[in-house]
Amino acid sequence: MSVTVSTTVNGDSVDFVCAPDETLLDALRGRLGLTGAKEGCGTGDCGACSVTLNGRLVCSCLVLAVEAEGQEIATVEGMAAGETLHPLQRAFIDHAALQCGICTPGILVAAKALLEKTPDPSDEEVRYWLAGNLCRCTGYDKIVRAVQAAAAEMRRA
Amino acid sequence: MRYEKPQTVAEAARLLSAEKGVARILAGGTDMLVQMKSGMVEPDLLVDIKALPGTRTIVKEAGGFRIGAGVSGAQLSEDADLKAAWPGVVEAANLIGSTQVQGRCTMVGNLCNASPAADSVPALVAAGAKVRVAGRGAGRDVAVEEIPAGPGKTKLKKGEFITSVFLPARGARCADAYLRFIPRTEMDIAVASAAVNLSLDEKGVIKDARVALGAVAPTVVLCEPAAKAIIGTRLDDAALEKLAAACSAAAKPIDDKRGSVEYRKDVVGVLAKRAARIAYTRAGGQK
Ligand SMILES: Cc1cc2nc3c(=O)[nH]c(=O)nc-3n(C[C@H](O)[C@H](O)[C@H](O)COP(=O)(O)OP(=O)(O)OC[C@H]3O[C@@H](n4cnc5c(N)ncnc54)[C@H](O)[C@@H]3O)c2cc1C
Ligand code: FES
Ligand code: FES
Repeated sequence: MSVTVSTTVNGDSVDFVCAPDETLLDALRGRLGLTGAKEGCGTGDCGACSVTLNGRLVCSCLVLAVEAEGQEIATVEGMAAGETLHPLQRAFIDHAALQCGICTPGILVAAKALLEKTPDPSDEEVRYWLAGNLCRCTGYDKIVRAVQAAAAEMRRA
Repeated sequence: MRYEKPQTVAEAARLLSAEKGVARILAGGTDMLVQMKSGMVEPDLLVDIKALPGTRTIVKEAGGFRIGAGVSGAQLSEDADLKAAWPGVVEAANLIGSTQVQGRCTMVGNLCNASPAADSVPALVAAGAKVRVAGRGAGRDVAVEEIPAGPGKTKLKKGEFITSVFLPARGARCADAYLRFIPRTEMDIAVASAAVNLSLDEKGVIKDARVALGAVAPTVVLCEPAAKAIIGTRLDDAALEKLAAACSAAAKPIDDKRGSVEYRKDVVGVLAKRAARIAYTRAGGQK
């Protein structure tokens, strides 16, 4: 059995057909070609699949694609404005806050959600907010520094 | 599998009771999807309750709070009045998982998943919270401690589900607190946990208390001897020792790599003492 889902992804209306038990992560990657969100674990532990659903940070591996019907999804693909990277994306490059990059889309989406709520977080707040985003290579210090650098830039803007 | 998102409670009840195969409710999905993926449950019908009226809102009712069964942990943390009235319940619910999990997880899902270590459940029990159970007949209100039947099992009958949880009104000099012990600082399952809810008179003497323990028995433990140990006191050291001893005695934990029986019994008493001190201070008690 398959169902048709009409939703909004990064501001664009999209329709896709999927199985009722398919995850939003699989639909984004397999049906819509949005491969920014990654599958690290598939069980909510790693955060590599982070997206926002109506502005709320969620693991797309723990959301059914059918639940996206009529809702608004935002993924890492929507962060840059054309060729202009988001301040967080630039800060991650400038501060070498990524190595293999598997965790990076999820961390960027999560960090953006943090800074929208808390523009001037303490290091501790950044670490707690990102506790559900695992990185196996870079180490968290550089990631926290990049988030703080972007936050400072965004406060000045 | 069929996915349904009914708009009315009656329609949800009809779908659930008409299903011949395995029917499950979907709230935040943070347990459900993990279990579906691992093959632990293979539902024929999944009923999403998040479009039912009132499931996504926190509404003041009779001086208390009616919290819809689809309200996420993140939403709880953003309600200043709820946090002021029931800080222990909100802090317990906010301990569930990561920021991402908080975006979806619900207290009712936490309760109905029926893990002995569910974090929000002891706090709800200590608070005297009641859930509204819907089904084919008239709805009924049930105390939270009456819902779990054992690990992974609830006392809800076929076709029944929960639409909301109600936290009663607060008077002056009341507060609650919840603490759990985990080996890490985040993202882990409680080895033991304790929730304390109390009210004080003008002199700072405890008038009323409820103490609930998590992860130390097949279901949450409402520990009346622990409450008795502190009622009528100003939470002096002797009362705290009696409280801890009552909690340790009521604990019937399992032995596993996360903690031995002896360790869990000891830790649950320590957590209850600390939670009682926090609740007492929050209620305005001075020592
Ligand atoms: C990474 C991760 C970390 C976690 N950490 C914690 C933790 O620290 N502490 C903790 O306690 N839990 C933790 N959990 C477990 C889970 O997040 C919680 O139990 C959560 O509260 C479940 O709520 P939900 O809305 O997502 O439930 P769902 O997954 O939607 O449902 C859970 C169960 O309850 C049933 N159910 C849901 N709503 C209703 C209803 N209204 N009526 C009847 N039955 C219903 C469902 O059918 C299902 O069987 C974690 C999970 C993940 C993935
Ligand atoms: S893939 Fe979703 S949390 Fe790991
Ligand atoms: S950069 Fe490789 S996991 Fe984070």
